[in-house]
Amino acid sequence: MANKLSLITKGLLKENPTFVLVLGMCPTLATTTSAMNGLEMGLATMFVLILSNIVISLIAPVVPDKVHIPVYIVVIATFVTVLQLLMQAYTPEVYKTLGLFIPLIVVNCIILGRAEAFANKNGVVDSALDGIGIGLGFTLSLTVIGIVREVLGSGSVFGWKFIAGDGILAFVMAPGAFLVLGYLMVIFNKIAKK
Amino acid sequence: MAAKSNLTNMALCLTAVCLVCAAILGAVYSVTKAPIENAAAAEAQASIAKVLPEGGEISGELQAEAEGIDGYYVQADGEGAVVAYAVKTTAGGFGGPLTLMVGVLPDGSVYNTSVLSHSETPGLGAKCTDEKSHFREQWKGFSGELAVSKDGGDVDAITASTITSRAYTKAVAQAVSLVRAIEGGEALDSVSGASVNKEEE
Repeated sequence: MANKLSLITKGLLKENPTFVLVLGMCPTLATTTSAMNGLEMGLATMFVLILSNIVISLIAPVVPDKVHIPVYIVVIATFVTVLQLLMQAYTPEVYKTLGLFIPLIVVNCIILGRAEAFANKNGVVDSALDGIGIGLGFTLSLTVIGIVREVLGSGSVFGWKFIAGDGILAFVMAPGAFLVLGYLMVIFNKIAKK
Repeated sequence: MAAKSNLTNMALCLTAVCLVCAAILGAVYSVTKAPIENAAAAEAQASIAKVLPEGGEISGELQAEAEGIDGYYVQADGEGAVVAYAVKTTAGGFGGPLTLMVGVLPDGSVYNTSVLSHSETPGLGAKCTDEKSHFREQWKGFSGELAVSKDGGDVDAITASTITSRAYTKAVAQAVSLVRAIEGGEALDSVSGASVNKEEE
């Protein structure tokens, strides 16, 4: 039981996909302009990650070795497209802000990375738990980066403004993403190494 | 672990996976098609209502051949007199096309605006979607010079998003020109791109 639980918790800190494994940097840098965007992108990625981990762990034994990457990519792309259609249909507001970045989930290395490193060697339950753990870790990281950038860049948290006027605009733009990511990486690794 | 590769099982496996995935996508598409269209239609209706005064009858979509105009709606009161126009208009923004719904009164002043779609930078140009911002508030009843203050007009641009602000202003200007052309006594079908462009220049 403790073993199963550690599959989930390792993603949060010890194997945090963003700060420790340093995977999936593209969506991390692009979508964390506000806390809400980061959270939503994290959840969207988690959805795809859990489903693709489950399916890939099921089909891995019968997939010929030489074509496993194309097969995984097709599976992942299918889930991303399903997610995109569902968001468009039932959460058009979220789709409006995040729609541009959803197709990018296909090429998020976290998903293919977990498929290669975990799902194709482990059972369905463990793979699903791994998806939840890594997904939560990714969501947590993106939300934290989003909060820091939103506080500094726009003077608000989750859209709630606590100072009038603009913040330090650089934090909303690309350079701010790198700065915040760098400092948070230092802090996380300091904690994780203890 | 994984099965040994040979031509037959590789081809079979890829075909099978692609077939299953295509079937899943087809199914999801057909289920979500109607909700997606409804959501888009509801959004268009809401945005038309948002930029027009309350009450009155709103016509179906009319077409005009002018630069950047995707269509427009006429709002009439009980006696059939025109109250206002809602114009769907597109201009090139920073990240891609910026499409607005602009409510224009017959005298050429702006009643209100709303953003239908955009690809502006989140946190910067995308602030043009914040309805409570000064940038958006200034459009209510706007009748000044349609250019951002940097270009000598009366529009206050969004901080650090001049290109987005210019695109927004251009889109509004297109809508106002169209309404002026229609109100100027031209028959609807003679509102040509040329006459609208002339007014802009």
